[in-house]
Order: sequence, then C-alpha cells, then structure tokens
Amino acid sequence: MKRLLFALFCLLSLTARASEPVATTADATESENFNPGEMILHHIGDSHEWHWFTLGETHYTTYLPVIAYRAGNGLSVFSSHELAEGKVHEGLKLEHEHLVSEDGSKVYDFSITKNVASLMLSALVLLVVFTAVARGYAKRGTGAPRGIQSFFEPIIVFVRDEVAKKSIGPKYERYMPYLLTVFFFIWFNNLMGLMPGGANLTGNIAVTMMLALFTLLITLFSSNKNYWAHIFATPGVPKLLLPIMIPVELIGVFVKPFSLMVRLFANITAGHIVTLSFISLIFIFRNLGVAPVSLAFGLFINVLELLVAILQAYIFTLLTAMYIGGAVEDHHDADYQMGGGDGATPAQVH
Amino acid sequence: MNIVTPELGLIFWQVVIFLIVLLLLRSFAWKPILSSLKERESSIEGALRMADQAKLEMQQLQAGNEKLLADARMERDRLLKEATAMSNQFIEQAKTKATEEGARMIEQAREAIRNEKNAALAEVKNTAAQLSIDIAERILRRELTDQPAQQQLVDSYLKEVKLN
Repeated sequence: MKRLLFALFCLLSLTARASEPVATTADATESENFNPGEMILHHIGDSHEWHWFTLGETHYTTYLPVIAYRAGNGLSVFSSHELAEGKVHEGLKLEHEHLVSEDGSKVYDFSITKNVASLMLSALVLLVVFTAVARGYAKRGTGAPRGIQSFFEPIIVFVRDEVAKKSIGPKYERYMPYLLTVFFFIWFNNLMGLMPGGANLTGNIAVTMMLALFTLLITLFSSNKNYWAHIFATPGVPKLLLPIMIPVELIGVFVKPFSLMVRLFANITAGHIVTLSFISLIFIFRNLGVAPVSLAFGLFINVLELLVAILQAYIFTLLTAMYIGGAVEDHHDADYQMGGGDGATPAQVH
Repeated sequence: MNIVTPELGLIFWQVVIFLIVLLLLRSFAWKPILSSLKERESSIEGALRMADQAKLEMQQLQAGNEKLLADARMERDRLLKEATAMSNQFIEQAKTKATEEGARMIEQAREAIRNEKNAALAEVKNTAAQLSIDIAERILRRELTDQPAQQQLVDSYLKEVKLN
C-alpha cells in the first residue's frame, strides 16, 4: 500500500496501487489524485497495520499480526509487514484492506487489526483504571473517596441512580455490571478514537452490532410474561387488530437494538468524517489560507465530539436500561414502555 | 459499502474481549465498588439516624432531668415543712413538759414547806409545852420559898425563853 500524501493520509484503492509507479515518479500529479472520500473511508475503516504518521517518504507504522484460517491450509499467523505494499504471503494478499487468498478460496480473517489492537488496549485501560478505583474502596472502606476513585464515583453513582434505578426499578442490581461496563467501554473507546492515531472502534458496525446484540440477549433472557403478553396480546387493543400488532411488536423487539447499533456507529463515524472533511478542505483547495478556517472548524467538531463521546455512552446505557426495564417490569404500564418502539429516536438525539 | 459491513474477525474479538472485560470488571471492580458504595450509604444513613436518635434521647434526658429536679425541689420543700412542723411540735411539747414539771416541782416544794412548817410548829408547841412545864415546875419550887423571888425567877425565865 502506498501513501500518496504526507502527514496522515493514504490512498487505498486498487486503481491507486495500480497506478503507483506512475504516481511516485510524477510528483506533480500526486495531489491531483487526492481523493477525500477514499482518504476518509480509509481513516474510519479498519486496517491490518497501525499507521501512525508519515514524515516525508518514511511511514511510521506498527505492523500487527495477521491470523487467517482457510479450510485447506489451516491457521496461518504472520506479521502484516509480509503483506505490506501489496505483497503476497502464504497465498494471502490484501485487497482493499480485505484479506483474500490468491486462489480465491474462503479466508476467515481473525487478524489483530488496528481496531482489535485498540480494543485490547481499551480493555487493558478499563481493567487498570477500574481495579485502581476498586482498590481505593478496598483501602478506604466507607471513608471519603480520593484521587481516581473520587473522579469515577459520581459517574458510577449517576449510572446507578439516574440510569439503572430509574429505568429498571428494584431489580436493577443484577444489570449494574453490564450497564457500567457498556457505559465505560463506549466512553473510553470514543475518547481513544478521538486521539491522534486512534482507531475508530466505536464507529465500527461490528463493534456496535455486538454491543446491541448483548443488550438484545440480556433483554430477551430477563423478559417476564408481561413483556411477551404485551407483544402477543397488547392490552387495550381490539382482537381484530392483533394480526397487525403482533408483527409490529415483534419487529419492535429487533428494531430497538438495531437503533442502538446504528446510533452509536453513525454518531461516532459521522464525527470522524466531519473532522476529516474539514481537514481535507486544505488539500482540496490547495490553499494555506483555508487552513486556519478548516482547523478552527475541525477543532470545534473535535470538542463537540468530546461531548458526543460521553453523550453516546450515556444514551446507549440509558436505552439499554430502559429496554431491560421494559422486559423485567412487573406491573404493566402501556404508556411507559415502547411508546413508539424506541423512546429516543436517532433523530431526537444528535 | 465497506464501513457498514461487519467483519467476522472484529465480531469475534469484540465478543471475546468484551466478555472478558465484563467478567473481570464485574468481579474485580463493579462488585467491590458497588458494595462499598452501598455500605457507605447505609453507614451514613445509620449515622444520621443515630444522631437523630441521640438528639431525641438527649431531649428526653433533659426533660427527665428537669422533672427530677422539680421533684427534688418539691421533696425538699416538703421535708423542710415537715421538719419545721416537727421541731415546732417538739418545742411545744418541751415547753408544756417544762411547765408541767415546774408546776409539779413548785407544788412539791410547797408541800415540803408545808410539812416542815407543820413539823416546826409541832416542835414549837412541844418545846413551849415542855418549857411551860419546866417553868411551872420551877415556879412551883420557888413559890414555896419566896414570892418576889419567884416572880423574879419567872421573869428571868421568860427572858431566857426566846420564841424559836
């Protein structure tokens, strides 16, 4: 793969690679080839190596392990350096950042990609931070919190009192570990995604899909008969309407986690796209005068993204708690639950 | 579009790593943190309740003290009154007794005086009788000799006799 622009940008299309020899020799045409769409898509997408920055013609890149499984060949593990610049290793090559085999057989790619590496890093950060917080409680017992403990305590208490207790009710305690983990997982990864060189993990559909799936599974496994009664015999609805209502309610069960998935993915990805678009303006206009303006806008969006980072974590956690609350509530209140499938639609929040 | 196609590898790692993080944080972070928070909240609540209770007890104690003090004051007044009454009674009794005793003693003295007087009078009478007999005897003896001399003798005798 060849990065056609200095600092931060690289082009990734097959055509760009095909025209590599031409492009490298003719510097003048290089910036003409600058394609903001491709650059941005590359940035918000995943890759098999962690490219930090490029100085002149030198790329500062961390090559991550490639782990691939093919039915015939079994497991192959090697550094992604072997695949750099379009090279072929063990019959595998990268095509649009996708691992494909030369003979066209199916490849199961379990590589530690940039996102997976970032995911592991965030897991480590989460474990280190919150075991440190827990140590504070072990050390000080019921005394006043100090240091990192006092920073996270109000947030934990907020999630407990304002999110879990209010949305789930008396049975909230069982769901606290999941809600807290989801909240801090999303928040920390949102923030890590905003750092220079960071991966766009929470803006990746696979990650948000799995988070939404966890919420769906927890909701379904903790649902009681009221929840199902509401779906198959919605109270206050005439019997004749049930053939219409049941499919609608069933779709609602899946739309709720689907909206969770899309909301988080779209919000975080959109933030990255907007920031990168403002930066791209400099290269589109090829004018230094645009730089202060686009940097100011980029900075504004970035600061806004800091807010969005915690806001999205809060919304995801709150909606998860509300869905769980709807599934476990004893007394059925028709107005409270499912007022339109999904209390806060993406249009309402951000 | 590439960005809306979930990739198998990331799905796999996301599930594995998220579950590991969830399980580890649940047992090593959330449980101790939440239980400590609960413990602290209940201890604060308990302390507040105890403070309220202590205040109430203090008030009760104070009220009790005041009641006790008032009781004690009443008791003291009662005791003082009783003591005064008793002492007055004692004094009265003593006075009566003393008066009675005095009267009795005076009576006794009077009796004694009366007895003595009677005894003395009796003795005087006896003595006078004796003297009279003696004188009469001597007169009688002198008379036999000399009348004037007898008279003189009677006079001298009478001179000798002092009543009492």
